[in-house]
Amino acid sequence: MEYRDYYKILDIERDATQDQIKKAYRKLVRKYHPDVNTGPDAAEVEQKFKDVGEAYEVLQDPEKRAAYDRLGKTWQEGEAFRPPPDWDDGFEFSGGGYTQADPDQFGAFFDELFSRRGGFDQTAGPRPAFHASGQDHHARITIDLQEAYDGGSRDFTLRKPELDPQGHVVLRERAIRVTIPKGVSDGQHIRLSGQGAPGLGQGKPGDLFLEVTIRDKPGFHVEGRDVHMDVPITPWEAALGARVDMRTPAGKVQLTIPKHTQTGKKLRLKARGIPGKSPGNLIAVLKIVVPPTETEKARELYREMAREADFDPRVTMEG
Amino acid sequence: MTRSKAVIQVSEIVEPMSLIDLCRISGCSAEWILELIDEGILEPVDEDHPGARFDSSSITIIRRVQRLQGDLRINLPGIAVVLSLVDENARLKRRLHQFEDTLPVVIRMPANDR
Repeated sequence: MEYRDYYKILDIERDATQDQIKKAYRKLVRKYHPDVNTGPDAAEVEQKFKDVGEAYEVLQDPEKRAAYDRLGKTWQEGEAFRPPPDWDDGFEFSGGGYTQADPDQFGAFFDELFSRRGGFDQTAGPRPAFHASGQDHHARITIDLQEAYDGGSRDFTLRKPELDPQGHVVLRERAIRVTIPKGVSDGQHIRLSGQGAPGLGQGKPGDLFLEVTIRDKPGFHVEGRDVHMDVPITPWEAALGARVDMRTPAGKVQLTIPKHTQTGKKLRLKARGIPGKSPGNLIAVLKIVVPPTETEKARELYREMAREADFDPRVTMEG
Repeated sequence: MTRSKAVIQVSEIVEPMSLIDLCRISGCSAEWILELIDEGILEPVDEDHPGARFDSSSITIIRRVQRLQGDLRINLPGIAVVLSLVDENARLKRRLHQFEDTLPVVIRMPANDR
C-alpha cells in the first residue's frame, strides 16, 4: 500500500484552514469532474477526481484529519506505507463526518485507515419481514465497432456486498461473461436481468445496466447508427470512375465511384450501418491518395498530364 | 473476498421506455424528469406520443445531471449549458481527431517527389 499525501493532492499547506480545504476541493472538483472532461485523457482525469474526493473525505472532517495528521509529516506521496499499530487510538469515527461520496471509489490507503470503522455498514443486519427489490447497478462498457455489428462477449468482475453466516458484510467477487447483443449503438444501454444488488427479504434482485461506448477506430467514426468510413481511392479512379471492392464491418461491398470525384465525397450505403430494427447507413468518405512517383515513367506520365490538362485548381484564389 | 467461475449471462438492448420505467431505473420522480424536459436537458423520442418514450441514453443524461448537481452544486439551467458545451466539446475533439488521423497521408506525398 502506498502513502497518499492528501494535502498535496488538494494542493494546500498542512496548516490550511477548513475553509481553505473546502475552496481547494471545489476548485479541483470543477477542474477534474468526469462529466465535464471528455477525450483521450478522460480516464486519467477521472482518477484525479477520485483522488481529490478521497482527500477531501478525510480532510473535511476534523476527526479524520486529526487522525491522519497523526501519521506524521515525514511520509512522501506514493511511499510504501503500513499504518503504525494503535495509530487511531482515541479516535472513534463514529459515523457522521462522512460526505455523500461513494467510499468504494476510494483507494486502498483510505480503505485501510477509515472505511472499516463504522459509518458505512449501518444497513447491515437482517431485517425480517421486510421485502424490497434490490437496487439497479450501472456501469460502462467499451466495445469495438465490429462487436456492435456482430455481437460479442465480455468478461466482467462484479463486486457485491453480501452477508456471511455471522451477519458480517463481505465483498464477494463474481466473474460473469456478458453476451453483447448484435446491433447495439453508441450511448445505448444493455440490461442484465437480476445482476444488480440483491433484494431485501424475498424482494427481487435489481438489474445491471451497462452503458455502451463504441471504441474509436482510425478511419471510422460512428454517429448514432450511421457509420462513416474513409475509403482511399487513386487519382485515376477519382477521375474516370470505377467499381471498387472494399471490406466494411458489414462485409464486402462493391462501391461505384462516379467520374470526377473529389476528396471528401460521401457515398451512402443504405442499411450497412449498425444493424437493428431501423439499421443505420454506412457512409463511405472518399479520399484521393496520390501515389508515389518514384520511377521516371511515372513522372513522365504526370508531366504529360500537366501538358495535356488545362487545369488550375487555384484559379478562384485571389492574390 | 471470494471468487467463483465465470457464468455466461445473456443481456438485452434496452429499448425506448415509458416515463414510469425511466423513473424506476433512474430512481427519480416523474416531476423531476418533467423538469429536465422543460429545461431541454432531456428529450423524449416522440414528444407527441401520449406515453412519452425515452431512449436509454436518457439514463446516462440523468446520471450526469445528478452528479453535476451533487458534486458541483449547479442548478438545472446551468447544467443544461454545461451539458451542451461538454457535448459540443466532445464532438469537436472527435472531428479534430479525425483530421489529425488523415493529415499525414496528405502531407507525406510531396516529400516523396523530391
